[in-house]
Amino acid sequence: MSARRPYKRPMAGWWRRNPFFVEYMVHEATAIFVALYALILLVSVVQLATGEAAWSQWVAILRSPGMVILHGAILIALLYHAWTWFNIMPRTLPPIMLGGNRVRAKTITTVGLVTALISSLMVFALIDWLGK
Amino acid sequence: MKRSNAPIFWGLFGAGGMLSALIGPMLVFITGIALPLGWLLPRELLSYASVLTFAQHWLGKGILFFVISLFFWHSAHRIFHTLHDVGIHAGLLARLICYGLAMAGTLIALVVLLLIGF
Repeated sequence: MSARRPYKRPMAGWWRRNPFFVEYMVHEATAIFVALYALILLVSVVQLATGEAAWSQWVAILRSPGMVILHGAILIALLYHAWTWFNIMPRTLPPIMLGGNRVRAKTITTVGLVTALISSLMVFALIDWLGK
Repeated sequence: MKRSNAPIFWGLFGAGGMLSALIGPMLVFITGIALPLGWLLPRELLSYASVLTFAQHWLGKGILFFVISLFFWHSAHRIFHTLHDVGIHAGLLARLICYGLAMAGTLIALVVLLLIGF
């Protein structure tokens, strides 16, 4: 009597052996930081709805060094997400034709990154205007 | 033939991914660094009265809802599809946890933003 023990190729660490897959794992992992930021915003909205005392406590937490450093880490992850998002975009979009020629991958990436820069500056200008 | 629900989740993933790629880094910089430190932007913008006014305006309320909700759906879909790569079986339970949390986040944001009023 012997139990059937089929060979299973071990999966641990497979992606660490190839730089292409390391990059894949890093850009997929930015999703954790996107979720973390959404959670921080959700907690903020809940604290705001609870009342002025709860909000002031929450702002004190937001001003603590640990929380600012955490936001610095989220910022780096989201910058990397934006960079990879627009670099992968030529492969996720269906082919775009313009004047009988297929739009080049580099053009799609550049347009995406420039749009991100302009819309980010517009968001900053809006908040700056609200403060006046 | 039963229609696939994949395009819905893929669409939410794409919308959230696009929104977070376009303005995500700037939002994190504003709400997590500039406003708490009073750096480049006035600290008063983080006061209870200012933020409440923003959240009571239909546009501010809409921005908060779509950013929170779409960011959750984007990460839920991406994390779900990466589970297999790290050796976790991406079955029904994993699907319910990933998309369930995104749905919970969406509903909590919706209810709380409505409670804040107009």
